[in-house]
Amino acid sequence: MALKHKPLTFKLAVTALAMFGFGFALVPLYDVFCDLTGLNGKTAATAASADAAMIDTSREVVIEFIARPNKQMPWVFKPEVRRMTVHPGEIHIMNYLAENPTGRMIVGQAVPSVSPGQAALYFHKIECFCFTQQQLAGGKNMLMPLQFYVDPALPSQFSTITLSYTLYDVTSAWTGDTAASSQLGE
Amino acid sequence: MSAVVTDHEHEHHDHKPSGIKRWLYTTNHKDIGTMYLVFALIMFFIGGAMAMVIRAELFQPGMQFVEPNFFNQMTTVHGLIMVFGAVMPAFTGLANWMIPMMIGAPDMALPRMNNWSFWILPFAFLILLMSLFMPGGGPSFGWTFYAPLSTTYSGDSTALFVFSVHIMGISSIMGAINVIVTIFNLRAPGMTWMKMPLFVWTWLITAFLLIMVMPVLAGVVTMVLTDKYFGTSFFDAAGGGDPVLFQHIFWFFGHPEVYIMILPAFGIVSSIVPTFARKPLFGYASMVYATSSIALLSFLVWAHHMFTTGMPVAGALFFMYCTMLIAVPTGVKVFNWVATMWRGAMTFEVPMMFALAFIVLFTIGGFSGLMLAITPADFQYHDTYFVVAHFHYVLVTGAVFSIIAAAYYWLPKWTGHMYDEKLGQWHFWCSLISVNMLFFPMHFVGLAGMPRRIPDYALQFADFNAFISIGGFLFGASQLIFVAVLVKCARGGEKATAQVWEGAEGLEWEVPSPAPYHTFETPPVIK
Repeated sequence: MALKHKPLTFKLAVTALAMFGFGFALVPLYDVFCDLTGLNGKTAATAASADAAMIDTSREVVIEFIARPNKQMPWVFKPEVRRMTVHPGEIHIMNYLAENPTGRMIVGQAVPSVSPGQAALYFHKIECFCFTQQQLAGGKNMLMPLQFYVDPALPSQFSTITLSYTLYDVTSAWTGDTAASSQLGE
Repeated sequence: MSAVVTDHEHEHHDHKPSGIKRWLYTTNHKDIGTMYLVFALIMFFIGGAMAMVIRAELFQPGMQFVEPNFFNQMTTVHGLIMVFGAVMPAFTGLANWMIPMMIGAPDMALPRMNNWSFWILPFAFLILLMSLFMPGGGPSFGWTFYAPLSTTYSGDSTALFVFSVHIMGISSIMGAINVIVTIFNLRAPGMTWMKMPLFVWTWLITAFLLIMVMPVLAGVVTMVLTDKYFGTSFFDAAGGGDPVLFQHIFWFFGHPEVYIMILPAFGIVSSIVPTFARKPLFGYASMVYATSSIALLSFLVWAHHMFTTGMPVAGALFFMYCTMLIAVPTGVKVFNWVATMWRGAMTFEVPMMFALAFIVLFTIGGFSGLMLAITPADFQYHDTYFVVAHFHYVLVTGAVFSIIAAAYYWLPKWTGHMYDEKLGQWHFWCSLISVNMLFFPMHFVGLAGMPRRIPDYALQFADFNAFISIGGFLFGASQLIFVAVLVKCARGGEKATAQVWEGAEGLEWEVPSPAPYHTFETPPVIK
């Protein structure tokens, strides 16, 4: 190639490579964006601190619980109650029932989603079975706890928050290194 | 602009190997341009044949000719072939042929890479087409290959699909680099930026869009590949990924891609209308700025394809307003074309007819795009035939009509013969009537709720679909007239002059017709 074309060709090729990288950078950027804004109903994937702010007894928020196993997931999976009325700041525990009706060990991973999406930033989980993979032997059942509180800073237009879990069968991808998941329930 | 053209016909320089080797080894921009254009025409007919299968199946409600899985493969591969195999290579072919001649360059800047970027293309499509014959069939998840359809639920042809998209992407990126380097480094002395023909301007901006987004497409197909075969979870919620993320990355590529397929069309129409109106283009500078702002805005509107994924109001409003903003520079362009014709001494040869049809019908497609941009209304239109009508108006009567117009406009320059005007007019009128029979009623069945990409439909849509299918068959048949015109013109006909068209201006009209194998070996001087 003629010498005078080299610098520009090189710059353009580097731009193309950088854009290939940018495509992959969109993956973490998307997560960061969703974490910061709470768009997409994504809740934090790690535990919130338990030192809750002061309880706002003047206000009530209805929490609705939805739990459903994914199509390929044979577990029975449901919350103990369908809805609960809480004051912002109060810490509550909610148990989810899981039952493995098959004859083999299955590992599950619950993925949460909060609706309306903007409320996700104000829904804090102190402890959640969704933080780790859950292992359950065939024919067994267990209770999986969720400890949470609603941030008193929740904007006033939200009076109902829906928390939905979808449970996936991740047995094939299970590595067995999730120590925390083993001893729940039974 | 005008140029002092010295005699370039050094016939003894045309030493080229004979037979197939000439085409395999060629680094000549005109040869490569011709190969791109012929390739695009072949792909146009293969993709068109798939559309005929789709319309035959939809002629009546119920299942007639094909299995639903095969129907899905047809919609998918039709889309992929028309976008990546017909429209984009056709524009690249036009760029190869015309850009060096328009800016007074002897060839493209990187001729060997030019040869490569063409010759990997047939293999990409061979891979894609062969996947249709695999057990389980070819890709059937729509040309947008949304996860998890393309990851969890797809067949093993997905790997071939991914590789063929990789090859197409590499070809486009190399082509785009070549266009940019050519325009930056090889303009004739005196050809300043604001003297460049608009076709060159629009292609320059298109090439930048290609370099920005084709790598993102390569990235997203790679993620699909690793999600499907190597256990990653980019788009798998069970592993911490998110299927909505797929749509964000795909449309970050996909929306600028839409403009990649229409900006060169704007350049073509901006060349043709002044020629046949015998007036200089109205608002040249505003055309350049409008094209640039459309390109910039195209990066800010991708999520208007995703209004129904459950977006917060703030996001929906942002993407709605940005999308509507694009109507402003587009409106500037349409205004300028109309103002160019105002009080012009117009004649209506075939290229002008296709360009006029482009202006009217592309504007209809633009308006239905505005309707789709309205977030609440989009909930009704989403994934219906209304969307199919919209993007076929901008891509068939938009992009494809502009390519046909360009072919008629420059054919005398390429072959040295005038095409058969009468046959060309037949081609135009048959195409114009049938294309509207084909796509206009789709607006109504879409608004009435007929979903796209489904091989069957509710009984109340039967009459409309029969009518649409007849339009489709007629439009397909009309394109055979085009082939007849092309073959006839390549074989012979009335000798074309260098200027060809009375009102034509620009460097490409100052070299003889047919354009000699080598042009502008010494750069012309632009006054």
